[in-house]
Amino acid sequence: MLSVDRSIIDAIVAHARRDHPDEACGVVAGPIGRDTPTRHIPMENAARSMTFYEFDSMEQLRVWREMDDRDEEPVIIYHSHTATEAYPSRTDVAFAGEPGAHYLLVSTQDAETEEIRSFRIVDGVVTEEPVRIVEAGVDPHAVQSYMFGQSPAAVDYECSDR
Amino acid sequence: MAIEVRIPTILRSYTGGAKVVEGSGDTLADLLTDLDSRHAGLRARLVTEEGVLHRFVNVYVNDEDVRFLGALDAKLTDGDSVTVLPAVAGGAFGFAAAAAMLGNGSARALVR
Repeated sequence: MLSVDRSIIDAIVAHARRDHPDEACGVVAGPIGRDTPTRHIPMENAARSMTFYEFDSMEQLRVWREMDDRDEEPVIIYHSHTATEAYPSRTDVAFAGEPGAHYLLVSTQDAETEEIRSFRIVDGVVTEEPVRIVEAGVDPHAVQSYMFGQSPAAVDYECSDR
Repeated sequence: MAIEVRIPTILRSYTGGAKVVEGSGDTLADLLTDLDSRHAGLRARLVTEEGVLHRFVNVYVNDEDVRFLGALDAKLTDGDSVTVLPAVAGGAFGFAAAAAMLGNGSARALVR
């Protein structure tokens, strides 16, 4: 499961809309080992393509160094698909080089709504996971959860994890 | 001669989990051969069968991208710091088309 603040999701979607129809890409860094995305870093798509993205190599070095200095790691690596669904392509799977990261996909193919989905990609295997968007000022233990574009694999009627 | 080499997460299986290893070499090519002698298989993830750096691996010497320093011919001196980062890339672009563009197997060879 990916838990992420509403403000960060909004910033990612705004970035994807801004760059549409080119693919947008970026990182959300967070403290090492906490699996908590805290710092949104939109990156330049050096490919400037509607169907491909690539981080600029010098920007990537600067950002990765900065994360290292701050004891952070890339918690989310995101990019947008501008004409297809928010599901990892074979290219996405082939290039997924951060096994610890959540790969977040945003589809901007529809002008009115976004499709936002998250995946783990480890050793070439894609596993979808729910996205839990945390609203500021809402008690995180309240029984509310937002699952966008999800067909839950299992429905837990007993709220057994609370 | 000691050159510090920073290894990305995805390649640490070749270094026993080490984030930083040491090596020596007058050029990047020599350094990679030297590293491969102690961390077998590491070089093959960075250099293609045609003998060039993988298109989707970034190698930096002291904060400069080696593509601007002669790639595998980049000169190294004692005390240099080399960083390896897998390129972060992808997209809706069809994989078959991407593989054809990049040279067969190059994308897959980097990650797997």
